[in-house]
Parts: sequence; structure tokens; C-alpha cells
Amino acid sequence: MARTIIPFGPQHPVLPEPVHLDLVVEDEKVVEARPSIGFVHRGLEKLVEKKDYVEFVYVAERICGICSFIHGQSYCQAIEAMMNIPVPPRARYLRTVWGELSRIHSHLLWLGLMADAMGFESLFMHSWRARERVLNIVEATTGGRVIFGSCKIGGVRRDIEADAIKNILSELEIIERDLDGITRVFLHDNSVKQRLGGVGVLSRQEAYDLGCVGPVLRASGVAQDMRKLGYAAYQELDMEPVTRLEGDSYARCAVRCGELFQSISLIRQALGKIPPGEIAVKVNGNPNGEIITRTEQPRGEVVYCLKATGGRNLQRFRVRTPTFANLPAMLKLLQGCQLADVPVLVLTIDPCISCTER
Amino acid sequence: MPYFQMSRLALKWAFTKPPTTAYPFEPRRAIAGSRGQLVFTKDNCVYCTVCAKKCPTGALKVDRAQKMFIIERLRCISCACCVEICPKNSLSLSTDHGFPVTTKTSESYCGS
Amino acid sequence: MMPDQTPEVIDTSNLLERVRALRARGCRLVQICATALLDQFELTYSFDLNGLLSNLRARIPAGDPRVPSIHAIYPCAFLYENEMHDLFNIQVEGMIVDFHGNLYNTSVKFAFGQTKAQAPAPQPAPAPGGN
Repeated sequence: MARTIIPFGPQHPVLPEPVHLDLVVEDEKVVEARPSIGFVHRGLEKLVEKKDYVEFVYVAERICGICSFIHGQSYCQAIEAMMNIPVPPRARYLRTVWGELSRIHSHLLWLGLMADAMGFESLFMHSWRARERVLNIVEATTGGRVIFGSCKIGGVRRDIEADAIKNILSELEIIERDLDGITRVFLHDNSVKQRLGGVGVLSRQEAYDLGCVGPVLRASGVAQDMRKLGYAAYQELDMEPVTRLEGDSYARCAVRCGELFQSISLIRQALGKIPPGEIAVKVNGNPNGEIITRTEQPRGEVVYCLKATGGRNLQRFRVRTPTFANLPAMLKLLQGCQLADVPVLVLTIDPCISCTER
Repeated sequence: MPYFQMSRLALKWAFTKPPTTAYPFEPRRAIAGSRGQLVFTKDNCVYCTVCAKKCPTGALKVDRAQKMFIIERLRCISCACCVEICPKNSLSLSTDHGFPVTTKTSESYCGS
Repeated sequence: MMPDQTPEVIDTSNLLERVRALRARGCRLVQICATALLDQFELTYSFDLNGLLSNLRARIPAGDPRVPSIHAIYPCAFLYENEMHDLFNIQVEGMIVDFHGNLYNTSVKFAFGQTKAQAPAPQPAPAPGGN
């Protein structure tokens, strides 16, 4: 049978970020997908040679626009662990609250994009409308909608006062009611189930062997969540990873919908238990040594490897982002799928290509 | 049940005021505390150059001898590092957003 | 708070059998990190089992940067190995899925390779206190 090669990307209406795939197609069935990335490669890992370790927080935050806060938080955690800086408890709780707000906004963004990939534009608009309330909370507490700019080495830069906490909690109730209506459509609507159900099935063993992380792994039944490692304030909060067993795109969507409500519950717990105190400690000296830190981004497990030799600049800064780990799974899912399912399968791993390429 | 999930949402929002603002015909609703453009108060500044040293992007240049404060607006990321470190409270962030320009220029303020 | 992460230094000739042993225990591959030092490349392989990381470290000379591919053991390694090749010009031998330098379409090839201001290999890190 004759094969055609269809170029998909880097500019495509369904892609949030540029990635190029050469799809080798026979009739309507995709036989192979060859990736080509590098369109958003900014060489951020080499920028450590120019920016010192304190300024580098701002670069780390700008690795990605969607998961930016947790990048900044992971960098600060890595340097604090390397230099043995004790972060005050209030700062750890604040980081948890902002991290969970970042997770809610990222999942809502993804839900909107998935609806758009299926052609369900009105649901896309509703998801992003709900996301605006979350972004308003973030802007009121940190000053920025997308790049929070609130993490620094030794703590956080801004505090959330008691009446701001009351505002957040009342806004969360409105957001939760909104999310109830939207997730009901995602989980029970017939057309959504037909587009997502049974598409792109990853068995438990396959997902583990391919090195998947995050919701992709949890939707195949492996309960692995880096928040259980207990960084920031997660040791004192009550959470269990949200898992499903089917391993198809519907399960991945359901895991992310479940995580929305889990994040709201975590924010409520954190704001209820937040201790008074200072929000940052002073940092002196230079980092020396090496460290590997792992945190849970909305897309999965992110690994930060830092190496320093006592100077103002780090020697090596390496980020292994969750989309990088999920790309082999996407390439495997694309083999043997129908051409019309390609947008759903590309989006189902929640690709954040600017994270992948740094 | 699986066929009318969206209609509940659609009906509710058909009779609710839209959450969008018809900007620029309606005024912009800025959120207090939002980080916008840098505001420089010339009278308080002593040209100590600490803000220029702290700026992570190098958007500020301060000349103590000639009493010049130069800011490149397009380089500024509104991180507020300079606002925190200024000993004389001559810098603050407003909630305005930056405007698109056609050429890269710097703004300079001279104190002498 | 952080468990011991000191990497085990091995030689590239032992790499495949050590990786096979880790695979038999059920670890998953977390990342492969390449660092360009003054006259050598330092490769760190990280594996995870139930939240605990095991790290292997191999050093290869910059003049002859070759390392065997672990694709046969961990199929997902092809992305990391292609990235190492595209950014550092490290020759990974026996790559099963090889993009021949087309994965990262940068205008400057092997951009992260040797640079002028690199420190020599670091001293062993001081033991972290307050664990």
C-alpha cells in the first residue's frame, strides 16, 4: 500500500506549542510518527554561565508559561537543599497554595484545549472562563497572571494576609460550583465519551516501561505522585493520588478532572493550617555540591539536577521535564491510530513543548 | 442523561451577564497589587546605583556622577527587585500595562 | 530530609550490566544528564524505584566521547540519547531509534559542547548536615 508523509506542525490550530511530527500514513491509518523539536529551544541551560544563582530564579520561572510557578519553586528548593537553608513553615505553606492554584489553572487550560481538539468550542470557552477566576486570585496575591514571580531562594516574596485568605476561600466556592458543571460535561457527555473512550490505550506495564509520568501514568493504574515525597507543606496535608484503571484518553481526562477537586481541597487544608511567622530567610554565601530534586508539576514529575562549585554561577543546570518523559508514550500511541485521532492523542499527554526544549 | 449535559451549562449562561469587559469601550478593571510598569520619583532618588546592580535583566542604568537614571522599558520584567531594594522609596510599580512601540528606546531622567 | 543521592561512579564498560540489574529490580529510567567539564563529559543516569533514586555516573573523555546505548534495556532512552548527541556531540553506539541529528533543529550544532570557562572536575560534595 502506498505511504504518504503528512507534516503535522509546527503551526497547527490544535497545538498549543510548536512541535513537528512527520506522520507516515497508509490510507487513514498512521503507521509511524517521527518527531522533530527545537522550535522553541532557547538554550536556557547554558544561561547559568551568565546569570548568577540568585537571578536565575527568574530564568527558571520563564522556562514555561503554563507550569511556571512550580519551575521556580523546584529551583529554589534545589538551591535551598544544597545550601541547607531552612525555609520558614509559612513560606512552605504559601508555596503549596500557589502551586495548587497553578495546577488548577494548568488543568483547566488543558481541558479547554482538549475540548477544542475535539471540536467542542463552547466547552473550551467555558473552561477558560472558569480559569479566569483562578487567574484573578493569582494576580491579586502575587501580582502576575502567568509568571507569578513570588518564589525566591529562602522563601517567598509576598504574603497573603488574613482577609485575602477569606476572599480566596469564598472565591474557591464559586470556582468549585463552576468546575462541577464543566467536569460533568467532560465525564458524562456522549460525544466526549465517543471521542475519548478507547482512544490511545496504554496498559499499566507499557506506561511504566515507557517512562511515563504524571496523569498519563496515573490513568493506567500506577499510583505515583511526587507530592507524596513530602516537599513544601505536603507532609502535613492529606492527599492520595487520583488514579484510573482504563488507560485510555478518557481516563487521562478523568484523572485531571479529579485532580482539580483534589487541588481545591489541598488549598483549603493549607489555608486552614497555615502557621504565622516570617516568609523568608536571608541567604548568604554560594552553593557548593550537587543535588537532584523532584517535584510534581501539573504534567508529571520534573527532575532538577543542579551542580555548583562554590562560585556565584552554577556549573550545570539540567531540567528533565515531564513532557520529555511522556513523548515516547505519545509516539507509541500514534502508531496504528486513525488520522482523525491525532489531535486527541497529541494533546492527551498534555504537551508543554517549551518545557521540553528549554 | 448523556445527551443534555451541555444544555444545562448553555442555558445558564444564556441568561447571565457575560464575564468579559468590552475593553477599550469600557474602562479596564485593574486588580490591586498587580505588577505593571515601573514609576520613578526623581525627587527622592540619590543615585546610589543599587537598583541597577540588583536588576536581573539589566534594564536599569544609573550614573552617579551625572545623576542620570535610564530605564529600558522593553527589558523590564516587572519583578519589583529594584522596588524592594531602593533605600529612598523612589521606585514603585503601578498597575498599568506597557504599550507596544515601534522602536526600542530608553527613558532617561536627569537629576541635576 | 533528602535521602542519600551520591552517584555511584562506574566505567562505561560496566554500564550495560549495571543498567540491566536495575531493570531486573523494576526501576524506571528517570533521566540521563550530560555535563561538559574541562576535558571530559560526565554522564549521570538516574533510576527510580518507589520514590528512591539510584544514580550512576560515567566519565568519558572529550576527545573520544562514546557511550553504549541502553535502548535495548529501556526503550524510552532514545530521546535522552538523541538529545545528548544533538547538543553535546556525544556518540552513542548502537542507537536503535536514531534521528541522525534531526531531533534538535538548531542553527548552531552541538551548542552545549566544550566552552571556554569550564571548571575542572569538582571535589566530592561535603556531606549534607541536618538530614
